[in-house]
Amino acid sequence: MKKRVEDLTVTGNKRLGESFFVIKVSSSESLPEIKPGQFVQALVPDSPATFLRRPLSVHDVDYSQNTISLLVQIAGPGTEHLSRLLPGEKLNLIYPLGNSFTLPAKGERVLLTGGGCGMAPLLYLGRSIAEAGITPQFALGFRNRSRILDHDEFLKLGPVHLSTEDGSEGHRGFVTDIPAFREGEWDRVYCCGPEPMMKAVARVCSGRKIFCEVSLENLMACGMGICLCCIVPTTSGNLCSCTDGPVFNINDLKWQTSG
Amino acid sequence: MADLRIKIGSLEFRNPVILASGTCGYGAELEDFMSMDQLGGIIVKGTTLEHREGNAYPRMAETASGMLNAVGLQNKGIDYFEKNFYPKLIGFDTHVIVNVNGNTVEDYVELSRRLNSLDAIPAIELNISCPNVKRGGMIFGTNPGSAREVISAVRKVYDKTLIVKLSPNVTDVTEFARISQEEGADAVSLVNTLLGMAIDARTMKPRLSTVTGGLSGPAIKPVALRMVWQTARAVTIPVIGLGGIMSTDDALEFIMAGATAVQIGTASFIEPRTATMVVQGINTFLDEKDFDSVGRITGIINRN
Repeated sequence: MKKRVEDLTVTGNKRLGESFFVIKVSSSESLPEIKPGQFVQALVPDSPATFLRRPLSVHDVDYSQNTISLLVQIAGPGTEHLSRLLPGEKLNLIYPLGNSFTLPAKGERVLLTGGGCGMAPLLYLGRSIAEAGITPQFALGFRNRSRILDHDEFLKLGPVHLSTEDGSEGHRGFVTDIPAFREGEWDRVYCCGPEPMMKAVARVCSGRKIFCEVSLENLMACGMGICLCCIVPTTSGNLCSCTDGPVFNINDLKWQTSG
Repeated sequence: MADLRIKIGSLEFRNPVILASGTCGYGAELEDFMSMDQLGGIIVKGTTLEHREGNAYPRMAETASGMLNAVGLQNKGIDYFEKNFYPKLIGFDTHVIVNVNGNTVEDYVELSRRLNSLDAIPAIELNISCPNVKRGGMIFGTNPGSAREVISAVRKVYDKTLIVKLSPNVTDVTEFARISQEEGADAVSLVNTLLGMAIDARTMKPRLSTVTGGLSGPAIKPVALRMVWQTARAVTIPVIGLGGIMSTDDALEFIMAGATAVQIGTASFIEPRTATMVVQGINTFLDEKDFDSVGRITGIINRN
């Protein structure tokens, strides 16, 4: 799909917990096809201190309204600025960028697992899987009850299993401790979250020979495969997480065995 | 419509706006946003004889009005280039220039010789200013004797347009421009990135795996502009200016300081259409001010 640079209009910006927000932007044109796992590069408006664009995962897409939702964690002045954008304001995006998750075949059992802003691509992935006639299950991990993000939209698509590190809600421990994950017969596991979480999930999947794709969040400058800054060591050498990724099969990653 | 054509050596460019090496891939990456045919030229990714994996992650750090990079010339080598990229580059109706790198004088010579035989590559940019490699690169560009040796050796085997890319990490950049001219270069381009570094105070670690890296973006523009101005007064060969150009006015500043052409680099990361916007903007400026060609304003501040 052809990439474009476009000023979209903010139609909503909702705070989620202490440090997350979902910003919804609308295009005046028809959206191009956006695949689950793809991302956008957002220009922080009027902010020379944040020089580069911010790569943000597509959280959801509504083609009927030509809107894109982005789930964002406030990690610095750039994302802080974006969290304060008001409806009617413009947000300049380069999109759609990156590869996408491999969708399951009919009848496969799929688990989508993640935590924090790693939940961002999982909603749109889950929706795409559900639309293909498969009920996805979700395993979402958080530090404690107060950090749990609103996941009503996930519940509409399939069962949601929760874990918290302190056991204040759901299963105590990490997503890999959730019985549904440990004992379930999964054909495919998709993961996006903090690197230790993805490595733990990859270890389990690797051991059980389960197909597993992870979505990486590397520092990047361009998002278009020209700066070669966001590289990932893979079995085929250093690849760009922006164009060869952000989604990688764990068998192609070198960190999977070393982590 | 003003005459935007410029000349570097014997090579005529349709306009003075060129995409800088390392910030435009091999052109194809930016084709969704603009046609390469609208540009004066493109300088593709720094190339070496052998395949290189570059430096370890992290290679990039955002800084105030700029960024540091430490890519370290990751590229697939000349054999792969010739087989896979070159056939596609032939299709561009613009000058495709290759940025040439090596560890030794012999590397530079061999690579230049290879490129001399590629008909669709009318020029090379000799990179003696990469700050992110342990051998070669800036070591040549910061030592007058080494610079002279490599330029002289390449000139003997390369008979098309030869541009030497200079490092700003020297006391007097004009010395290296003069050496380039004396050894037969057709032009100099400057500046490559400024050597810099950044530390994450919270984790108490350097932000780059290599600790130091090359600073680019608007943060370096005043330094680059000063060096271009000094160089344009010191040599008679054309000067190609770059360093933090984000807009038409930035490009005009370099031209008015004496640059025959400009390169758009880091700006393409933020606005991939910057180069074509600058072409349009220069044309509009010349028309509004009743200049019939871009040559009329080249080095204009030195004439007043």
